[in-house]
Amino acid sequence: MATVQICEAEKVYIMHGVRDDLRIDGRACDDYRHMEVETDVVSNTDGSARVKMGDTDILVGIKAEMGRPRPLIPDEGYLEFFVDCSANATPEFEGRGGEELGSEISSTLYKMFQNRSSLDLRALCIVPREHCWVLYVDVLLLQCDGNLLDATSIAVKAALFSTRIPKVHVSEDDEGGKELEISDDPYDCMRLQVEDVPCIVTLSKIGHRHVVDATLQEAACSMASLIIAVTHKGNVTCVRKVGGGSLDPESIFEMTETGKRVGKALHAPLMKLLQEEEVLGKRRQKVGFLG
Amino acid sequence: MAGLELLSDQGYRLDGRKPSELRKVQARMGIFTRADGSAYIEQGNTKALAVVYGPHEVRGSRSKTLHDRAVINCQYSMATFSTAERKRRPHGDRKSSEMSLHLKQTFEAAILTQLYPRSQIDIYVKILQSDGGNYSACVNAATLAVIDAGIPIRDYVCACSAGFVEDTPLVDLCHAEETGSGTAVALALLPRGGQIALLQMDARLHQDHLDPVMEAAMTACRSLGQVLDGVVRQHLQEVSILTGE
Repeated sequence: MATVQICEAEKVYIMHGVRDDLRIDGRACDDYRHMEVETDVVSNTDGSARVKMGDTDILVGIKAEMGRPRPLIPDEGYLEFFVDCSANATPEFEGRGGEELGSEISSTLYKMFQNRSSLDLRALCIVPREHCWVLYVDVLLLQCDGNLLDATSIAVKAALFSTRIPKVHVSEDDEGGKELEISDDPYDCMRLQVEDVPCIVTLSKIGHRHVVDATLQEAACSMASLIIAVTHKGNVTCVRKVGGGSLDPESIFEMTETGKRVGKALHAPLMKLLQEEEVLGKRRQKVGFLG
Repeated sequence: MAGLELLSDQGYRLDGRKPSELRKVQARMGIFTRADGSAYIEQGNTKALAVVYGPHEVRGSRSKTLHDRAVINCQYSMATFSTAERKRRPHGDRKSSEMSLHLKQTFEAAILTQLYPRSQIDIYVKILQSDGGNYSACVNAATLAVIDAGIPIRDYVCACSAGFVEDTPLVDLCHAEETGSGTAVALALLPRGGQIALLQMDARLHQDHLDPVMEAAMTACRSLGQVLDGVVRQHLQEVSILTGE
């Protein structure tokens, strides 16, 4: 796990700051750090996004491939998540070191999308029972400075927004066999409805209060956190408690309320930014890693 | 390759370059604050990230420790979405292990490892987008990252690939040329002394042709060296303005 070790005095300093609603970088308890979002950063994917939140840096690439629908849900496509904790982020992730954290994040992402309201997967179906689109959502951690889940969920939402899936024309021949023809016109494509895709808000309990978007130092002071996936309407799609400590029911209730409020407020600026980028289209100056 | 003309009669390549022309190179140093050194490079559509940690104490088993110099530890990986066909694993396959080994050998030749006995230097490279010349992009990015980390190095390590099509050596191959031409030579050069840090050729090539191909690759490496030098100088200028020196 990407963690830092801090001494007792630093912990006390951070906890006293949180008690007075003034954190070490000057934020209040329910403030996010400065965030940068850019879409279409990797040109050989169908959709991609990079999110920088403080020193946390995440790149998401989405590739659409054709596959068979799952037998239990024959009229839907599906998403496959993979989180690559690369050694770039921290040397601890070298070799197989990052796999544990990677599977933890990807399982949270699976849970977050495991309901019909998050994303309409029926749009990914081509021929029921036979063909559908499988979206491989690959998350790459480039730098870790706490709050990986929130940044990942925002990057996934942005990447899904920018995903363009080529349209498929199905024609039937005389014997009832189906022929698929994938359109090779880059503008003849399908977009996903990402309005309802939730974003994760991680709330870390520090002392008697809780903070959102904890940095690594703050995470080191927190015994337990609550992960809440919230949609733009304020619906909660997933709640999980993580970390070694325990939480009492009352604080879970408080944290859920804060999570809902903060999460709801997160969506509007994100969608606005994505739509602005969309409007600029080709005229947009791509920054990428060179900016 | 049938159907794909790698070099037209007029002497232009698939993407309109001349045989000895490089792709556009753009690079930036110091993109990550948490690492000791980092760099990003774009060579045409090939994009690579390199991060350097160290020199630090040897991690893991102490038996790796060398008493007269530093251990260089490299890991090459490719983002799962970097290639046209999605990769299942970012690293750990045979090709990546081989690349890691090549990188290690290259940088052992370049870094002044004897200055840091009993320590370790980690170099991690990641291909974000692959369009031929992955090895060279990685080496060039790693050079910049090593410089950014402030680790003493003999010279810039510049790498470039070269191929041979219709009696003409081509430099800086793109993906289509790499797969289509058959021969691909990867060469890493320390330009100042003209020392070759790594030379690798996978397919067969007539011995008479090897010299011109290597010569072309070395010329390309020298020009790349100038580009990298420019990037480093510009970075230093920006940093010194920021720190007010």
